[in-house]
Amino acid sequence: MFNLILRRTLVAIPTLLILIVVTFLLMHSAPGGPFTSEKPLPPEVLARVEAKYGLDQPLPLQMWNYVVGIVTEFDFGPSFRYKDRTVNEIFAQGLPITLTYGTLSFVLSVVVGVFLGVWAAIRQNTWIDYLTVAFSMLAQVLPNFVMGPILILIFTLWLGWLPGGGWNGGQWQYIVLPVIALSTSFMASIARLMRSSMLEVLQSNFIRTARAKGMPESTVILRHALKPAMLPVITYLGPVFVYMITGSFIIDAIFSTGGLGYYFINAAFNRDYAVMMGVTLLLGGLTIFFNLVVDLIYGWVDPQIRY
Amino acid sequence: MAGSTPRLGIDMRNPIEIKKVEQMAENLAKMDPVKGRSLWQDARKRFFKNRAATASLVVLGLIVLFSAFGGLFAKWPNDEIDWSMLGQIAEMGQPSIQNGHYFGVDELGRDLFARTIQANQISLIVGFVGAAVAVFVGTLYGAISGYAGGRVDSVMMRIVDILSAVPYFFIVILLLVVFGRSIIMIFVGIGLVNWLSCARIVRGQTLSLKQREFVQAAQAMGVPPFKIVVRHIIPNLIGVVIVYGSLLVPEMILAESVISFLGVGVQEPQTSLGVLISEGTATMQYGTFWQLGFPLAFFTLILFCFFYIGDGLRDALDPKDR
Amino acid sequence: MTLLSVDNLSVRFDTNDGQVSAVNGISFDIDRGQSLAIVGESGSGKSQSVFALMGLLARNGRATGRAVLKGKDILNLPARDLQHIRAEQIAMIFQDPMTSLNPYMRVSDQMAEVLMHHKGMSKSDAVASAIRMLDAVRIPEAAKRIHMYPHEFSGGMRQRVMIAMSLLCEPDLLIADEPTTALDVTVQDQIMTLLKSLQAEFNMAMILITHDLGVVADSCDDMLVLYGGQVMEQGKTVDLFSNPSHPYTMGLLSAVPRLDQKTDRLVAIPGNPPNMMSAPSGCPFSPRCDHATDLCRSSVPPLVAMGERLRACHYEKGAVS
Repeated sequence: MFNLILRRTLVAIPTLLILIVVTFLLMHSAPGGPFTSEKPLPPEVLARVEAKYGLDQPLPLQMWNYVVGIVTEFDFGPSFRYKDRTVNEIFAQGLPITLTYGTLSFVLSVVVGVFLGVWAAIRQNTWIDYLTVAFSMLAQVLPNFVMGPILILIFTLWLGWLPGGGWNGGQWQYIVLPVIALSTSFMASIARLMRSSMLEVLQSNFIRTARAKGMPESTVILRHALKPAMLPVITYLGPVFVYMITGSFIIDAIFSTGGLGYYFINAAFNRDYAVMMGVTLLLGGLTIFFNLVVDLIYGWVDPQIRY
Repeated sequence: MAGSTPRLGIDMRNPIEIKKVEQMAENLAKMDPVKGRSLWQDARKRFFKNRAATASLVVLGLIVLFSAFGGLFAKWPNDEIDWSMLGQIAEMGQPSIQNGHYFGVDELGRDLFARTIQANQISLIVGFVGAAVAVFVGTLYGAISGYAGGRVDSVMMRIVDILSAVPYFFIVILLLVVFGRSIIMIFVGIGLVNWLSCARIVRGQTLSLKQREFVQAAQAMGVPPFKIVVRHIIPNLIGVVIVYGSLLVPEMILAESVISFLGVGVQEPQTSLGVLISEGTATMQYGTFWQLGFPLAFFTLILFCFFYIGDGLRDALDPKDR
Repeated sequence: MTLLSVDNLSVRFDTNDGQVSAVNGISFDIDRGQSLAIVGESGSGKSQSVFALMGLLARNGRATGRAVLKGKDILNLPARDLQHIRAEQIAMIFQDPMTSLNPYMRVSDQMAEVLMHHKGMSKSDAVASAIRMLDAVRIPEAAKRIHMYPHEFSGGMRQRVMIAMSLLCEPDLLIADEPTTALDVTVQDQIMTLLKSLQAEFNMAMILITHDLGVVADSCDDMLVLYGGQVMEQGKTVDLFSNPSHPYTMGLLSAVPRLDQKTDRLVAIPGNPPNMMSAPSGCPFSPRCDHATDLCRSSVPPLVAMGERLRACHYEKGAVS
C-alpha cells in the first residue's frame, strides 16, 4: 500500500507540473494581460503595475517563483483582479462553500444511487425497477443547468418554500436546492451502474453456492453480492468527483452560492491568472488525492488486487 | 497500468455504455475472420430489427433535415428583433402561426424558430465534429501504441494516464477565454477532452488483434508496420470506433451546452442549444416557457436518439450473441 | 422410510422462443450410505435435475413431479422453507471451486456463517469447528489458512474447502455436481477418495453428477444414464458396466479408452448432443443411434423394467447389440 501511495505521488508531480506549465503558457500567450482590458493605462503606469506583480520577468522565472511560493508556503500569490486580496483569501472564501454542498451531494448521490440500484436489481421487472431505469435516463439527459432553474421555479417561485439563491453562511435552506440539483444526475447514473452490476453479480456461481448453503436472501445480497457489485461503482467515483467539480461551477452560476466556481469563471473573464491557476491547481490536486483514495478503497474490497 | 483500479472510460458519464463497448471490443478481437466478413451484412439486419434504434435513427434524420432546411420556412431571420414585441414578450411572444413566430420569440424579440434551427445546426455540428476529432486522435494514438507494444506502448499509455488526471474542463475554459470563442476552438477543446478513453479502448483491442493469425501472416510476409496498422488493424476497429463515436456525440453536445451556459461558448449572434436553454431558464419565471421548451425538447430528443442508436449499433455489431 | 424419493421429476424453462424441456421424468430412491451417479453429456439436464431439488433453478425454470425427503415433498418449496433443508439436510458442492467460492470473503467467514446461521454458534466456535473440518479434509495448517482468501489456495485445496464447507452441518445427503471436472487428473483421484471416505464416515447418501464414467465405476452403487433430458438406462453400476443394454450406454462405455485393450483409434459416438431448443420428437438418442428406426424417431420409448434395471428403448437388447 505504501508503494501505491509512493507511485501515485510520483505520477502526481509531473501531472501538476504539466498543469502549471500549460496554464501558465496558455494565459501568457493570449494577447493582452490582466491589466489591459479595463480602462487603458498609460504605458509607464502599466509597466509599474506589471512589475509589481512580477509580470515583467521572463516566464520561466515567473513559473519558478510561483511553484516555490506554493511548495514552501502554500502561497498562491495575490489576485490580479482584486487588488487587496490574495488567492489564498479567495480560497478561504470559496472552498468551504464548494466543499460543503459538494460533499453533501457526493454522499447523497452514492447513498441514494446504491440503494436504488440494489433495490431495482433485487426487484427486477417490478415497478421499482422500471422507475429507477426511467429516472436514470431522464436525469442523465436533463443537465443540471436545466434542473437547477426548474427547481427554483417550483420551490422558490411557486411554492415559496426555499430561497432561490445565495448562501447565507450555509443555513440549511440555502443548501437544499443546490445539493439536489447537483446530485440528481449522479444518483441516476450510479443507480443504473449499481443495478447492472448487481444483476451481473447475482448470476455468479458463488451466489449460487451461498444460496445452496441455506443463507437467507438478505445475507446473500448484503454480505455476498454487495461488495463485488460495488466495484464498478467505486471505480466510477473518480470520474464522478471530477464531474461534480464542473457541476459545482454551474451550481455557483445558477444559485449564486459563491463557491470556487464563481471565482474561477469571474477570473476567466477578468483574466485574473493567479486565481485561475490557483483554482486549477487546487482542484487538480484534490482530484489526484481523491483518485488515490478510490484506488485504496478498491484494493480493500477486492482482495485479488493487493498493493 | 498494473496494480491500480481498472479505469472505466474516465471522462464519460456513461460507465455502463463504456463497459459494453469494451466488451464488444474484446468480442470483435476474438472473432473468427470468416465470420467477420458477414458481420456487416448481419449488422444492418440486426440494427433495423431493433425498433428503438430504428425509430431513433428516423427521428434524428428528421431533426437533421429540419435543421438543414427548416430555415427555408422561417418567416423571420435569426437575428432580427421584432420591435412590436418588445416590452410585452410574456403576453404576446407565444408561438403562433399568424405572426410567423412558430416557436415564439426570445427575450430580445428575436424569432425563436429561426434561432432554434441555427442552434440545432451548431450543436449538431459541434457534436459530430468534436466526436470525430476525439475518435480520430484517440484511434490513431491507441492503434499506434498498441501495435508498437513494449516500451513505446508503456510510455504512450503513461502519458495518457497523466493526462487523464488533468482537469480538462479548466483547460478548455482557459483555451476558450484565451484564444477567443471561435467555433474551431470549441471543436478542438471539446474534442480534446474525450480522446483519452477512446485511445485506451483502441489500444486494448489492438493488443488483442496483434495476436491474430492474419496479422502475424502479414508480418511474416514483410508488410511494413504502418501498412499493417492501416490495412489490417484499423478496419477491424471500425465497429468499436463507430459505437464509441455514437456515444461521444451526445457527450459533446452536453459539454458544449455547459460551456455555453457558463458564458464561454459560442458568441453572439451565433447560438447553440446550450445558449438557448440557458436563456430560456433565465426567463422561466416570467412565464415564457416556450423559450425553454423548444430548445430543451430538441436537446433531449437528440440525446435520447443517440443513446438508442449507440445501443443499437453496439447490439448489431457485437459478435457475442451469435 | 427412504431418505429421498424422487418421482417423475421434470424441469422446463420458459424462454422467448417457447418452453424448453430440460429434464423429462426422472425417478429414483436413495438412502443413507448409498450413492447414485447421474451420468450424461453436457446439456443432458443432469445438473438441472439436482438444482430443481435444491430450489436453485434460474428464474424462468419450472419443476414438476415430487421429491419426498424424509416424508415431506420439498419440490418447489418457497425459499424460506428451503433454507433449513439446504446445508442441514442436503448439501451441494459445485464444479468450479474458484468461481463457486466467494473470492471477496475470507474462507473463515464463508464457512463460519453456515454454522452461525444454521446452528446458532458464536463466531469463534464456528471458526473452530470449521478448522476441524478443514483438518478432516486434509488441508495443511488449517488454523492459519482458514483466514486466507480463496485465490490463495490451489485448485484441489479449494475443492476440499468446498467439501468441508458443505459438511459442516452434517447433512444427510451430499450432491456433488461434477466435483472433479475442473481439476487435474491426479487431484481428481484424491478428491474422489476423500468423498468416499467422508461419505462412509458421516453415513451420507451421495448423488454424483458426472460425465466421467471412470469416476462412476469406482464410487457409486447405482447409476442413471441421461440423454436429452430423459433416462436411457438406470440400475446398479456393476450391472450396467458389465452388461450395458442400451445403445447409448454401450456407446458411452466403448468410448472409454482402456489400458487393457489395444486400439488404434478412439471410439466416439458420432453426432452432437441435442439442441434442447428444438428437441427431436421420439427418442432423443435416435439421431445418433446406429439402430434407429422410424418408430424410434416418432415415439418416445417408455422406461421399462428389465430385470433389476430400467431401460428406455423400443427394442430388446438382443435386437440392438
